[in-house]
Amino acid sequence: MARINVNPTRMEMRALKGRLKTAVRGHKLLKDKTDETIRRFMEYVRLNKKLRKETEGEVSAALRSFVAAGAASTPAEIAEAVGVPVKKLKLKSGEENIMSVRVPKIEIEEEENSEIFPYSFASTSSELDASVKSLRAVMVKLIKLAEVEKTCAMLADEIEKTRRRVNALEYVMIPDYQETIKYISMKLDENERANTIRLMKVKQMLDEGQN
Amino acid sequence: MPNDRVAVVGDKNAISAFKALGADVYGVKEFSEAEGVIKKLARDYSVIFVTEDIAKAHRELINRYKARPYPAVIPIPTAAGSDGYGMAAINENVEKAIGSSITLDEE
Repeated sequence: MARINVNPTRMEMRALKGRLKTAVRGHKLLKDKTDETIRRFMEYVRLNKKLRKETEGEVSAALRSFVAAGAASTPAEIAEAVGVPVKKLKLKSGEENIMSVRVPKIEIEEEENSEIFPYSFASTSSELDASVKSLRAVMVKLIKLAEVEKTCAMLADEIEKTRRRVNALEYVMIPDYQETIKYISMKLDENERANTIRLMKVKQMLDEGQN
Repeated sequence: MPNDRVAVVGDKNAISAFKALGADVYGVKEFSEAEGVIKKLARDYSVIFVTEDIAKAHRELINRYKARPYPAVIPIPTAAGSDGYGMAAINENVEKAIGSSITLDEE
């Protein structure tokens, strides 16, 4: 381990001891933070997997039926039918704080108008109705998935960062401080012993001079 | 700032169904085209759904948006079904956080 380059003085040692104390406390806190963040993360990952599994099937089924509906009528008819939606899809997006990570909180804004078909039924097939309906149903889940998946990604990022900090403290900073403190205290002891010996030597010389 | 809207990026035929729901649909013909589109959308939209094939082609770009709350760029399957890219992305997160990929017990 690398010793920090400082003067071996009592003052430096005192300062270092203070820093060591802070580092140890920081290490403990960060370690607790990683543990808790991982616990939360696992919950979200489980939810994420479940949601994704559900939506993936539903979305591709809905899209497939849309393509099938498209085959029943001309592309122009389809484009006309879906081209102008009843309303824009509006979200309520906020932020939430999980272990001091700011994660998104997304919801679909409730609409007053429950009409989902942007077209009249005269010119379109019933397959189109079914696919739009099922897609509408899966959209709520998709938005939830977006929120959860984003949260997972951000928590994973945070966990990685925190763990790096924990490791840096545990394996670099704390040992460095300990070693430096040890070095200073040894140096100080050595000085003290040298001093004692010098005094003894002087005394001896004085004694010899008197005789 | 997010504008509380949803965008969908992908092959035009596959995703125009989302238009009926009121999402903004951006059809792209080629993968290379998608990069500019996603970059532009990322400035405004809260949620961007990208079809898996495009997400795969622009993995780097999408990873860039991972660290901030908005936009949420989420891969969705196409009409042809999922090729597992979305699931792989979840496992990637797990690996990043835990250090090794573990299979979670499904309930």
